[in-house]
Amino acid sequence: MKVYETVIGLEVHVELATKTKIFCGCSTKFGGAPNTHCCPVCTGMPGTLPVLNKKVVEYAMAAGLALGCKITQKCKFDRKNYFYPDLPKAYQVSQLYLPICRDGGIEIETPAGKKRIGIHEIHMEEDAGKLVHDPWEDVTLVDYNRCGVPLIEIVSEPDMRSAQEVIAYLEKLKLILQYLGVSDCKMQEGSLRADINLSVREMGAKEFGTRTEMKNMNSFKAIARAVEGERKRQIELLEEGRKVIQETRRWDDNKDMSFAMRSKEDAQDYRYFPEPDLVPVEISDEWLEEIRSRQPELRDEKMVRYEKEYGIPAYDAAIITESKRMADLFEQATQLCGKPKEVSNWLMVETMRLMKETQTEPEDLTVSPKKLAALILLVEKGTINRTVAKKVYEKIFLEDVDPEEYVTQNGLGMVQDDSLLRSTAEAVLADNPQSVADYKGGKVKAMGYLVGQTMRAMKGKADPARVNEIIQALLSKQ
Amino acid sequence: MEITKWSARELSDKIKAGDISVSEAVEAQLAQIEKKDAAYNCYTRVLPEEARKRAKEVQRRIDSGELENSPLAGVPIAIKDNICTKGILTTCSSRMLKDFKPPYDAAVIERLNAAGAVIIGKLNMDEFAMGSTTETSWFGPTKNPWDITRVPGGSSGGAAAAVAAGEAFLALGSDTGGSIRQPSSFCGVTGIKPTYGTVSRYGLIAYASSLDQIGPIARTAEDCAAALDVISGADKRDSTCISQESYAYSEALTQDIKGMRIGIPSGYLGEGLDREVEQGILKAADVLASLGAVVEEFDLKAVDYAIPAYYVIASAEASSNLSRYDGVKYGWRIPEYEDLQDVYLGTRSKGFGSEVKRRMMIGAFVLSSGYYDAYYNKALKVKALIKQGFDEAFRAYDCILGPAAPTTAMKLGESLSDPLKMYLGDIYTVSVNLAGLPGISVPCGLDSRGLPIGMQLIGRAFGEKDILRAAYAYERTREYMFAPCTE
Repeated sequence: MKVYETVIGLEVHVELATKTKIFCGCSTKFGGAPNTHCCPVCTGMPGTLPVLNKKVVEYAMAAGLALGCKITQKCKFDRKNYFYPDLPKAYQVSQLYLPICRDGGIEIETPAGKKRIGIHEIHMEEDAGKLVHDPWEDVTLVDYNRCGVPLIEIVSEPDMRSAQEVIAYLEKLKLILQYLGVSDCKMQEGSLRADINLSVREMGAKEFGTRTEMKNMNSFKAIARAVEGERKRQIELLEEGRKVIQETRRWDDNKDMSFAMRSKEDAQDYRYFPEPDLVPVEISDEWLEEIRSRQPELRDEKMVRYEKEYGIPAYDAAIITESKRMADLFEQATQLCGKPKEVSNWLMVETMRLMKETQTEPEDLTVSPKKLAALILLVEKGTINRTVAKKVYEKIFLEDVDPEEYVTQNGLGMVQDDSLLRSTAEAVLADNPQSVADYKGGKVKAMGYLVGQTMRAMKGKADPARVNEIIQALLSKQ
Repeated sequence: MEITKWSARELSDKIKAGDISVSEAVEAQLAQIEKKDAAYNCYTRVLPEEARKRAKEVQRRIDSGELENSPLAGVPIAIKDNICTKGILTTCSSRMLKDFKPPYDAAVIERLNAAGAVIIGKLNMDEFAMGSTTETSWFGPTKNPWDITRVPGGSSGGAAAAVAAGEAFLALGSDTGGSIRQPSSFCGVTGIKPTYGTVSRYGLIAYASSLDQIGPIARTAEDCAAALDVISGADKRDSTCISQESYAYSEALTQDIKGMRIGIPSGYLGEGLDREVEQGILKAADVLASLGAVVEEFDLKAVDYAIPAYYVIASAEASSNLSRYDGVKYGWRIPEYEDLQDVYLGTRSKGFGSEVKRRMMIGAFVLSSGYYDAYYNKALKVKALIKQGFDEAFRAYDCILGPAAPTTAMKLGESLSDPLKMYLGDIYTVSVNLAGLPGISVPCGLDSRGLPIGMQLIGRAFGEKDILRAAYAYERTREYMFAPCTE
């Protein structure tokens, strides 16, 4: 068999995190009752006109700058015409001729090393609505809430060669966009969607092979599987002496295979032309500078700073900055309690464990910096011990309880009363003469057992170090 | 006392002086419509109940002194049926929207309501403003009040005919390639298409977005100025609407046009222009000269390809703008269908008339891949050249004078069989839209058949005041001629 090279380019659609839609004042919030976030403009009523949301341009500029693009300071919108019930105007306002960003790129890292992935362009556009099929009534209904939600489409160069590179590129892209605050990039809510353009060619060939476009992957894992699946499918075709057909395919992640949607022959002619209802977007040098100066610290800088400023290990800094949500949590909690290492520890161990167990994505974390800081201070002040703290944290993570209230209401505070600790310890010693004898006979381990029994009698609400001291004192007296 | 023969300004002044009530004006208007509209079919819908109710409200506002400065206080006004009126049928004279009630008012309607005008009804038009005769309407043609066997022009034919027949004091039309000026010329009334960006298009159902503009049709330039005082102005809902320093058009009306430089493009005269129309224009030129204007002929560049460029651009935009009428959300839907494709095909095949379908097909063709550069892009270049030609002309002249149409009103039915001939009739108006300039059509006499001739005055961008002033000075030299039917 010949050796093949896979050539992959991505088209990534990202919903921008603006409060209102791109051309009207409707809310962009996800999950409202059907057709409650719409108005005559976004439902394409006759006679309505679009008005561009300035924030969309600013977010697109911010994304472009962070992705190393040139900003088109006089860009324009175009209409992409096609019929579909989820597109009320029967055209999508997008950018074809003069997109807002061009010629950028980002560096990715895989076990194979570092590599630059070029970005061909970024353009602004409006999202379409959603069709909902009602199997009971056997009708299809349209929900226009998503109509006019702002998107940017980030088109990469065909620079990726493996699923691993694709995922590394997407992870990096997602992180940058989250850090910028321009999108929450939640794949499951559709705020980040990627289409894969893939072709294969013999290793060393100069020309690209015929490519296909793959749609409908709703997780990074599905994307990796789709890349693998399509690579194999195309190589098999070529090996059998058949041709790859230029077409759009739909990935079915349950069946682990893809299906042809439409070929190039019946590809639609979108009849693009300049949108006459909008004036060209003029981006002044001042405006561009203002956006540039407002760019937040991105992940790579943040990682280095955490190591230096907070003295946490490079590994921890890397994990924590892997999501903006986590990094924010770290930094804000640290500000509140002044214990960066403690915060890092809680995030690296307990938080990671609970996220794994509950299959929570970092973006969906509900733990507030305030509650985490409060918990750390409770331990610090000796109000609760670490074992209790872990239980409280679990409650915070799952039920969003207030740590101070929870500790008080459930009587979890450590007993500080030495006389109570002493009398409890005395009782334990009296009940365990054998252990006492063992200890005295030189078996140091027996001490651990005695402390454990005392802690148990105290229902865990004691400082084990103090218990240890008290038992030592009692035994030395005996 | 023939109330319906008063000008809008006259009526408003008398209402404000307490000589007549708003209700009386409304009743007089409704009576005239009742008497005449069966013959002329100017209205798609008359709104007696709404108008009577509104008349009382407006009367209260006038009595309280709130509308002292409004030139249109208490004036009944009729609206072309492509301008959205909240909760009131807005059909574009199309089967597609025959039952469509917009959930909002167009910007101009809000402004008229604020100024105390009373909306009396919606006016017939060519379907979706595509046509020059008002014969493509789903509700049947409007007839010309000067000769019932002739067309009123279009697409704002209902508006021009209503004003001519005394069925309206004032009307709002829209003009994409001559749709205000040509019917005004055919019906012997005055209509102005403002500079693109003067009046908000929010709520105007689009035909060709880069060319459409709302404007008034009235019996006098003075009334047009009054209407512009009310309806023009920046609107944050229309990004193509441009803020200007002054919108006080009435204030700019003086009879003094001494030294005003008026150019007549030589190419506008002679071949292709009806001899009697030419005579009418030249006579009007003499009148303007006698008032002190400097009138001369000159060469206006790049007008040769105006009509093809216009039909390419307008049809391209129309093909996109009218795609939303798909039977899914609002408007008419074919009653019988199997699947989505059926809904689209059936609704659009049967919901639109043939002129609309012809233009949408032309538009889809010129935008399609492989043809875009040859047609659409080339048309944009012609558009730029036309603009340049006008820019050059306006370095030498304040106004350009010419005809509004090559002939007076045609017989009904003549144009439908020969659309190309109808398109050629737009020769004097489309270049003004392509260049985005203001143009006003002013009646200047009758031909030997007794049909009105209209002259067109074109101004530089945002030069409405110049052309209004010239039109006003001219109209003050003569009595307004009513159509014989109003006697």
